[in-house]
Amino acid sequence: MTVPLAFLDSFSGAFDFIFSQRESFGGGTQVGGLGQVWELTLEHLKVSGVALAVSLALALPLGVLLGHRRTGELFAVAAGNAGRAIPELALIALLVAFVGTGTINVAIALAVLGIPPILTNTFVGVHQVDPQAVGAARGMGMSELQIALRVELPLAVPTIMSGVRTSAINIIATATIAPLAGVLTLGDFILARNVYGDEGVLAGAILVALLALTVELTLAAVQWALTPRGLRLQRTEASA
Amino acid sequence: MLSPTIAQASSDFFRDRSDSNCIQDNGAFCAGWVIDNFDRYVDPLLQHVVLVVVSVGLGFLIAFAMALASHRRRWLVPSFLGATGVLYTIPSLAFFFLLLPITGRGTDTAIVALTAYTLQIIYRNIVAGLAGIPRDAKDAGRGMGMTEQQLLWRVELPLAVPEIIAGLRIATVSTVAIATLAVFAGGGGLGSEIVAGSNITFRTGVVTTSALLIGMAIAFDVLLLLVQRRLTRWRSVGEGRGARRADRLRTLSRHAHRMG
Repeated sequence: MTVPLAFLDSFSGAFDFIFSQRESFGGGTQVGGLGQVWELTLEHLKVSGVALAVSLALALPLGVLLGHRRTGELFAVAAGNAGRAIPELALIALLVAFVGTGTINVAIALAVLGIPPILTNTFVGVHQVDPQAVGAARGMGMSELQIALRVELPLAVPTIMSGVRTSAINIIATATIAPLAGVLTLGDFILARNVYGDEGVLAGAILVALLALTVELTLAAVQWALTPRGLRLQRTEASA
Repeated sequence: MLSPTIAQASSDFFRDRSDSNCIQDNGAFCAGWVIDNFDRYVDPLLQHVVLVVVSVGLGFLIAFAMALASHRRRWLVPSFLGATGVLYTIPSLAFFFLLLPITGRGTDTAIVALTAYTLQIIYRNIVAGLAGIPRDAKDAGRGMGMTEQQLLWRVELPLAVPEIIAGLRIATVSTVAIATLAVFAGGGGLGSEIVAGSNITFRTGVVTTSALLIGMAIAFDVLLLLVQRRLTRWRSVGEGRGARRADRLRTLSRHAHRMG
């Protein structure tokens, strides 16, 4: 009976690693414990946050512009599809081999992954706004900028936020292999088994999964808060 | 804590390679080296193809079964979307190592994680495809005396093929990219050409591997597109302009990324 449940031992070992410090696998240094977990989590969030901010700053205005003008469909869609094909590991490897390591470099590489979903979804979301709503706004004397920012953007929030959530998850997932490029994120626990041991590796996997789920839930809440109340109402009725 | 080892190992690494200047200088792309050493990429390439085909195939079977189960029981859809959404959210590298104590190191672990990752995309597209069937088509089928089963297999599923294959294309292209990480789970694939030894600093190797990955993603995508064309020859017949416009809008929203 004990054999099938042997993996539970590994998991309890992993939790032990998270909560209390121990000597490293090779000896010499102290690893694990909440102190180091916190340190690596912060680095993980920092590099991911910078990357997501850069992606948003570039992709959101471009997506709104193209969607509002209803041009560049091919570009916006192709960018999104190409984005799915970027192999994260190869991206980090290209970075290490050609550009260099460090937080800024990794953040920029991660932003490359973050841009396509936001761009495509912003374009699609704005493009799909009911032309009658835009016509009504124009009839009320709104300028094109006002229409884009006060009519199209709010109505496109659910689609845009879907893209932002996809980006955030891609970025956090890829930040896990950032230690290959010299940035010590939670992925270090997973990748440096010779330092942290098997329990550290499993602890890293648990922490990365929890981090991703937490960020996803937080962004879902942000999406709910940003969605115009009328649209929210409509959605509940539609799904009921 | 990894980078010092990488830097150290890189000097030993280049001694094993053919001794042209391009390799010594770590040039961006040494075509001669690639031609001489191409056979080293064959096995990882094949492993990669197997990982992708098996994972997407299994993912399709499971997602298809889920879609059939929830087809006449709509209340199951949100829970299925939620469950597959959680799997989709867990970063693949973490997923591999969460499975390790249970399934051990190797291809199996990689396939389980990659399969789990495809479920959300494929399931969502099958459900959307089935939901988008025009009522007229279903009524026509019922009028011809079809049972619900016949309606599903002869009317609804064939009409949903474009949407289903769109899901498969997205899942396949993403899996080609993510399977690169399978090497960390001991699952082989092209990722091994990046992380083994100090390959990560070897420019020609990294460029070659990336090119192979992108090429494979494009090849799979085109292949599935051809399959779709073949399965939906009815589309070219008798579709008015309005239908085509509605179709274009639907295609557009299909490209949007969906979460939750």
